[in-house]
Amino acid sequence: MTFRIRKFAGLTVSHLVLAALSLACIIPFLWMISTSLKTKAAMWEFPPKWIPKNPLWHNYHDAFTLAPFGTYITNTLTLEILTIAGQVISCTLIAYGFSRFRFRGRDTLFFLMLATMLIPEQVTMIPTFLFYSKLEWIDTYLPLVVPAFFGNAFYVFLMRQFLLTIPKDLDEAAKIDGANEFQILWKVLVPILRPSLTIIVVYTFTGVYNDFLSPLIYLNSPEKFTLAIGLANFVSSRSTEWNLLMAASTVILLPLLVIYYMAQKNLIGGIASLGIKG
Amino acid sequence: MANTIMSKAERREERFGYLFISPWIIGFIAFAAFPIVASLLISFMKWDIYQAPSWVGWDNFNHLFHDKLFYKSMRVTLVYSAFAIPLGLIFGLALSLLLNMNIRGINTYRTLFYLPSVISGVAIAMVWKWIFNSDYGLLNYMLSLIGIHGPKWLEDPNWILTTYIIMSLWGIGGSAIIFLGGLQNIPGHLYEAAKIDGAKVMQRFSKITLPLLTPTLFFQLLMGIIGSFQVFTSAFIMNGRGGSASGGGPENEGLFYMLYLYQKAFKSFDMGYASAMAWVGGLISFVLAIIVYKSQGRWVFYDADDNNGKGRTA
Repeated sequence: MTFRIRKFAGLTVSHLVLAALSLACIIPFLWMISTSLKTKAAMWEFPPKWIPKNPLWHNYHDAFTLAPFGTYITNTLTLEILTIAGQVISCTLIAYGFSRFRFRGRDTLFFLMLATMLIPEQVTMIPTFLFYSKLEWIDTYLPLVVPAFFGNAFYVFLMRQFLLTIPKDLDEAAKIDGANEFQILWKVLVPILRPSLTIIVVYTFTGVYNDFLSPLIYLNSPEKFTLAIGLANFVSSRSTEWNLLMAASTVILLPLLVIYYMAQKNLIGGIASLGIKG
Repeated sequence: MANTIMSKAERREERFGYLFISPWIIGFIAFAAFPIVASLLISFMKWDIYQAPSWVGWDNFNHLFHDKLFYKSMRVTLVYSAFAIPLGLIFGLALSLLLNMNIRGINTYRTLFYLPSVISGVAIAMVWKWIFNSDYGLLNYMLSLIGIHGPKWLEDPNWILTTYIIMSLWGIGGSAIIFLGGLQNIPGHLYEAAKIDGAKVMQRFSKITLPLLTPTLFFQLLMGIIGSFQVFTSAFIMNGRGGSASGGGPENEGLFYMLYLYQKAFKSFDMGYASAMAWVGGLISFVLAIIVYKSQGRWVFYDADDNNGKGRTA
């Protein structure tokens, strides 16, 4: 009996702790939405109210007419599509090469690829910038998109680990049916690889979406700005209009939240599986 | 394989292997090997991108070691890492123990805790700036409810670094999920056996859980050190332009290494100086990573009956 009571008390405490911590995780978002609906006067109220008396939906309209966020959205989506296409195609091919073929130096090259994850970004950043400026690629999307077509060590690693768990019998069977190397990859493996492809798509999406430094360095013309740069620009012009800034932030964070919600199972599972390799 | 005559099929396989990984090989040369060599050479040059570069020997490094802001940015980054990395690991581990429980709604909790790891960048940095606003921000309002008069988080040079450390804890869910993977990999029979032997909860944690999590801990520590010189976006947005000309916040107490490097490379266009900075920073994190890597024999526990994968922590 006492054991049951103790167990019940333990469960309640755990739930309370978890609930309190989850609240801490989402409070910034609630505060953001709350502020985005406030009038200027309500914004400077102290103590602040969580639910504004007269929610000012017009803030969203204002934020979007004061800065060309529509253009920023189009630009960001263009970059997203090109980058995701590049990563998915290149990482699939590279992981296929590393996991399904025997060739001299394979393990050394694979190790070298993993080692590149340790190269600090600041070291390669400047020569890469100078290289692109020689090619006259500054203020174009090329520096942001082209590297995606040459793979990413982390994604290739994830995908290779996944490919190694797929029995080679499947390839052999397709080979007997007359399929060549490309057909095996496309018809047999890619359909099975969907979970790890989802991880790559979502990671690339959030990576491009959140990236600030590269577009900051490479893009100069306002009409080419991404959402991240556009928002930062909007901040410096309206530094105290928190209601407008929060309205813009809310709209910008929304796609990320939706994508995260849709892909959560894949993402959390994929990350947790990394611990095994740790 | 190297010295025997390869069959036609083997040669075909090898050709296809190289063909499929060729994008990575090209990328490795263009985006890793070439820039690393070039970066080292540029660090010995004066190059403002408008004029032709000239060789200046150790000049950049000499200036660097007499530059007060360089030391400042180094100190800011190291102090930040010295608190943010261990705190993140300890709280992340504690959280993962909670998330490993078999209770109702646990998947919802996991989803919520991982959320901050997906959200970074300008928008959320703005939200934080508003939360930390000393007069009207949410944090000081909440502190006032329990009778504490909150500090001027982002405007006070004595507090700004603490502000960034507190903010970094919002992301512990990401580390907790990685620990969770490690926890779920611990065979249940170990706990059963320990229970039969009469081991208490704390003993089971210190004798089973913690040792078997050390590979995960090691991996995260290494990643944390490598990432420690990369803090940029949040500081760029939250320091504000008003604080100081370098954008380093009040008395440059928020001048992270990457921020200063960015100013030198892309505001002053002093490519040689910035490259020297990149190398010094890179070497320091590399040395720290090597120390951690070398120390793993003393504290990282690799399970004897599971050699595949665990031993190879690249």
